[in-house]
Amino acid sequence: MAELIQILISGLAAGSIYALAAVGFTLLWQASQTINFAQGEFVMLPAFFVLVGMGLGLPMWPAIGFSLLLSLLILGVAFKKLVVEPMLPHGTLPLVIATIALGLLMKESVKEFYGATAQPFPAIFPQKVYHFAGASVSAQDIGNLIVSMLAIGGLQLFLNRTRTGRCMQASAQNPAVAEILGVDVKRMVMYTFLINAALATIASVLISPIYLAKFSNGETLGLVAFIAAIVGGFNQIRGALVGGLLIGVIDNLSAVYVSAEYRSAMPLILLIAIILLRPQGLLGTKEGRAV
Amino acid sequence: MQNRIRTREERNAMIRTLTAAAALALAAVPALAELKIGSIVELSGPGAAAGTNFRDGVRMGFEEINAAGGVLGEPVAITEYDSQTDPQVSRAMVQKAIDDGVVAITGTVFSSSTVVNMLVAKQAGIPQFTGSEAPSITGMGNPYIFRTAFGSQKGVPKMAKYMAEEMGVKKVAVVWANTEFGKGGHESFLKEAEAHGFEIVADLPTEQAQTDFSADVVKLKGIQADAAFVYLTEEESARFLREARKQGVTLPLVGETTLIGHKVIELAGDAANGAMGHVGLTPDANIPAMTEMVEKFRAKFNYTPDHNAIKGYTAAYTLKCVAEMVGEADSQAIADKMHGLTLTVAECPGVLMDVSWDETGEMSRESFFVEVQDGKQVVKAILPPN
Repeated sequence: MAELIQILISGLAAGSIYALAAVGFTLLWQASQTINFAQGEFVMLPAFFVLVGMGLGLPMWPAIGFSLLLSLLILGVAFKKLVVEPMLPHGTLPLVIATIALGLLMKESVKEFYGATAQPFPAIFPQKVYHFAGASVSAQDIGNLIVSMLAIGGLQLFLNRTRTGRCMQASAQNPAVAEILGVDVKRMVMYTFLINAALATIASVLISPIYLAKFSNGETLGLVAFIAAIVGGFNQIRGALVGGLLIGVIDNLSAVYVSAEYRSAMPLILLIAIILLRPQGLLGTKEGRAV
Repeated sequence: MQNRIRTREERNAMIRTLTAAAALALAAVPALAELKIGSIVELSGPGAAAGTNFRDGVRMGFEEINAAGGVLGEPVAITEYDSQTDPQVSRAMVQKAIDDGVVAITGTVFSSSTVVNMLVAKQAGIPQFTGSEAPSITGMGNPYIFRTAFGSQKGVPKMAKYMAEEMGVKKVAVVWANTEFGKGGHESFLKEAEAHGFEIVADLPTEQAQTDFSADVVKLKGIQADAAFVYLTEEESARFLREARKQGVTLPLVGETTLIGHKVIELAGDAANGAMGHVGLTPDANIPAMTEMVEKFRAKFNYTPDHNAIKGYTAAYTLKCVAEMVGEADSQAIADKMHGLTLTVAECPGVLMDVSWDETGEMSRESFFVEVQDGKQVVKAILPPN
């Protein structure tokens, strides 16, 4: 029983970080039909911004702020202006290819400028371990879970309870009508990109103490986030959340109870099953889009 | 039009100028032929930590050698190739180095690459100084492969003996990387476990470049053992140690250099404290020559070298000393001389410790059992050569 609790908590903690990346996926899809295959690298990069900030002499928290600022500018504004806007009129496929190229560029640039070796990354939570029903639960796991849930919960509240959030939803559902009703659709889309950049920064800061900061981290994260978004439902934030958590838990359960060698195949098997049985995803809807 | 009305004097002056310029250009070409060495290492992919250290060690070694007059009076030119931690790429890079006319090859570090690319060097008759530790590498009858560190079949028996005699271990869990490197260590350990009567209570394979070790640590926590033998590569070791600390594992974690190397300590931070194991080379060995090498390396590259850097550094000096012993930079002569050779620090200071190679290219040397305390390797015992 203690073992199961341990696995569930570890799985949920990892899954909640996957969910942050997956939510970003769905947001960009909703707002601008962008399937961002550089999403893994979007999560990889902010950790290096933090390290650069700390290298410049900033303490950890200001360095995280510095990273957030750079991420908003580069992964939010510059990504939208320099990649998405010029490519989008040519259709979804060229944009997908552009994001794949962007991911490669980001990965190789980090390798070139920061090095190929993994870098230690400071943990934002104390290295404490709590014992609960025979299981040892770390402050880091609990912290990661809470921060991720707060970020996603806050986003849901923002989208549903604020005027700007509802304008963003309207822009996603029907940009033409939203524009007629006076919504500044371009600005709403920009907000979506900024939110995605912020979520990626949070995910990066949470996961890098575990993964270590390395240029290749995006390879795993991007794939997992993509699978999580599809499993949960590509058109629903709560779907991406459920998808992320589910993959985190299934990955850990299968590593312990099925086979460590085949653990990475389990999320893909789940993906195939979902596509066959429920193509819209666990919580996705068949038609219409809502942020 | 002006060119057409040049006088003979003007033409002669131009010819003289051009001749002088050509002579100057020729004078800029080095008078000595260069001795080419191919440095083929993992500069990207999962092996980048190990490969970068090895590469920098080789680089520093040959830079020192060049500054002191080169090998047999010739400067050494290193060409570096990135294997990308991919066996097939490493094979292609070894072939490329051979096509480029190298006399010898240093690298690769990852065993899964070395077992593939060493066949290319063998066919071309080029001596190869590898940083790999899988037993199979020197067990294939390749007369051109030479280690720069023990194979795990040499290191693991020393460590298992220490575990049995000094730590009183009876039950052991084994955590290992499911790669050529990991399989070698795993097999060596199982053999030693049988010899020392250890009971293997858990056998946990993990994947190359694995990032999440929570499930593996959960399994480890669920078993009753006196110690766990952990045989993963550096970055995975650091992630494993962090997760073990996170989940409050109190079991002694024992491994090879890849569990307690300096890169692992840097990456794992406090989580590395308490981990212990056998190292063939350690910057903390209190050997003056090694301490001096480490200081120079740190000043040059701005990071603390690990055992892979020392491997690369000693490979450079081994090549220099052996080439000078045979009196020529000839690949075949160097390979022939290496078999059954003992290099002492007195005759070749750059090897840092007395070292011998047998007929298979396997090496033998004193080594250390260390424990990580306060982020440093503390030598607990010096283990004799075997």
